[in-house]
Amino acid sequence: MEEEKKHPVQKLMDNIWLLLILGILVPLISYSGWGLLELLRLPEAILP
Amino acid sequence: MNSQSATVDHRICNTTGLTVFFRSEFFIKINAVMGVVFLLVGAIAAILLALTRWSAVMFLDEVWFYRILTLHGVNMLVFWIIFIEMAILYFASSTLLNTRIFSKTLAHISFVMMVVGALITNYIILDGRADVLLTSYVPLQAHPLFYVGILLFAVGALLVCFNYFATLYIAKKNKTYTGSVPLVTFAATTAAIIAVIAILHGAMALVPSFLWSVGLMAEPDAGVYRLLWWGLGHQTQQVNVAAMVGVWYFMATMTTGAKPLNETVCRGAFVLYILFINIASAHHLLVDPGVSTEWKIWNTSYAMYLAVLASMIHGYTVPASMEVAQRRKGFTKGLFGWFAKLPWKDPGFSSVALSAIIFGFIGGITGVTLGTEQINIMAHNTMRIPGHFHATVVGGTTLAFMGLCYYLVPLIFQRDFYLRSWARVQPYIFAIGITMMSLGMSLAGTYGVPRRTYDSDFTGAAIETGFDPVAHILLGVLGIGGVIAFLGMMLFIGLVVAAAFFGPPIKDRKMPTWQDEKSQKMTDDLINRGYEEEGKHYEHVKTPGTIALVLIFLLSFVIYYFANWASLADLWFLN
Ligand code: HEM
Repeated sequence: MEEEKKHPVQKLMDNIWLLLILGILVPLISYSGWGLLELLRLPEAILP
Repeated sequence: MNSQSATVDHRICNTTGLTVFFRSEFFIKINAVMGVVFLLVGAIAAILLALTRWSAVMFLDEVWFYRILTLHGVNMLVFWIIFIEMAILYFASSTLLNTRIFSKTLAHISFVMMVVGALITNYIILDGRADVLLTSYVPLQAHPLFYVGILLFAVGALLVCFNYFATLYIAKKNKTYTGSVPLVTFAATTAAIIAVIAILHGAMALVPSFLWSVGLMAEPDAGVYRLLWWGLGHQTQQVNVAAMVGVWYFMATMTTGAKPLNETVCRGAFVLYILFINIASAHHLLVDPGVSTEWKIWNTSYAMYLAVLASMIHGYTVPASMEVAQRRKGFTKGLFGWFAKLPWKDPGFSSVALSAIIFGFIGGITGVTLGTEQINIMAHNTMRIPGHFHATVVGGTTLAFMGLCYYLVPLIFQRDFYLRSWARVQPYIFAIGITMMSLGMSLAGTYGVPRRTYDSDFTGAAIETGFDPVAHILLGVLGIGGVIAFLGMMLFIGLVVAAAFFGPPIKDRKMPTWQDEKSQKMTDDLINRGYEEEGKHYEHVKTPGTIALVLIFLLSFVIYYFANWASLADLWFLN
């Protein structure tokens, strides 16, 4: 009953597993995934 | 019945009324003790470094400078801080949620892994086979044991996080609390979540380096290593921020009876940390050529500002909650009457208040400025960087953790402090020293003095590079500030060790107050009275003093930010 009345934001805040997953996914996509993609696609430097 | 007498596996704290399980109490104690042991190692290294960067002294030679710099970074930023955070995780899960920790065996295993990892790392650094600094950037290569030590420590910490989440799960299942977890536990959960992400990145960076060091893999790519390492290096700083803010809220209640103004907003700010603070790690790579401008701008600007917003929310709610508490006690004179009457002689309070001031005014303002792509080009790898982070992790986190210890020792070790008047001045000595050092570093950095450099003048270099004499005076300010901070730190270590091991026992009574009787009584009354019964009245307590402080803060930020753009315009003339 009490659960039903909860605001969706409050529900998110009380769901540590969802927060854990989101907390891992956001930096993994935005920082490391995107960054790695760029670094690994760099052409070899031509040394003089 | 004496409330202190144990019923098999727990006791009821006479001061807070919390249920303290002996099992978690044990792990809080041993982690805190190890934290202080490594703080001592880091402190000895710190004074040697301060006396070397003080260009008129130059105490160490170049080999030992880099060795000791490695030792200092690892012991302070990793071992001291993380051991204390592990103690906080046990407290926030077990004690605050009124439940046993999930697994005692796991807690033992993780502790042993962390201690062994730290000892191996320190041994190999002091033996001169890992002069690679904290970052161990490829192509610098350390002895394999360096990576083994750090990885052991990190996996140990990851297991503590696992134990923490499992304890939360049990507490919820057994309904040992109702509603949402307390705010301090929510802060600790934020720290634990960020720690998991940080350690994952650490493994991705350090496992290949280890394999390379034993000859099983080719040299990792330097750019990829830097990207992954900063996923560890900066995210652990966010663990520190979350834990520190949790300590601010906890200590605000303990020392002034404050209650967070609006729990939902405070929790929302922690969610912003979880989602966005981690990608701000990108500001370390602002001058790296491999990643694109789009990647840099997205990760440092838009996302980072959401995390900064979170810090600003906490920066308002913590002092505002204190202002409300003080006004409710009757300190209503003028804008700042409540501020003057705060318990400044209580080292638990003064540490935390100074921590918030130094963190916000010096660490926060310099951090946002340095994290701006255009400005970063002037400041990258100069002394402005250690100037910034000694205000965040030292003036901010370390000082807040010191304040916590002034309550942790009586509440958990159940022993009192000796030399209480020395304890009252300790936070001020440390804060003055670290502020001087941080400003000395930052200002010397504006002259271009590089960080991580034994000889600021590059004596004997083919091209003369000497700095303006003012830069050397500022390095002197760094040195003197460093000495004062070191004395403040040694005083803290001495007081805490003497109390925790040999202090007068306080088993059957309340913890002796750090405040005078009257002020403590007012705080106790406020906590006992609760906020709910005043209902509407509480809603209407305004916080004009805090608003004024916030405006001063914003003004300082604007001036500093503008000055940096102006100096960029001087250096980089564009038509
Ligand atoms: C008595 C207090 C302290 C003093 C006097 C001190 C002094 C110094 C000095 C002089 C440097 C060298 C800067 C350079 O040449 O680039 C340094 C670096 C550093 N310090 Fe501290 N420090 C203190 C406390 C701490 C604490 C408590 C932490 C962390 C919680 C910390 C973290 C670091 C880190 C991460 C570095 C950079 C290491 C590197 O560049 O690899 N310091 N410190």
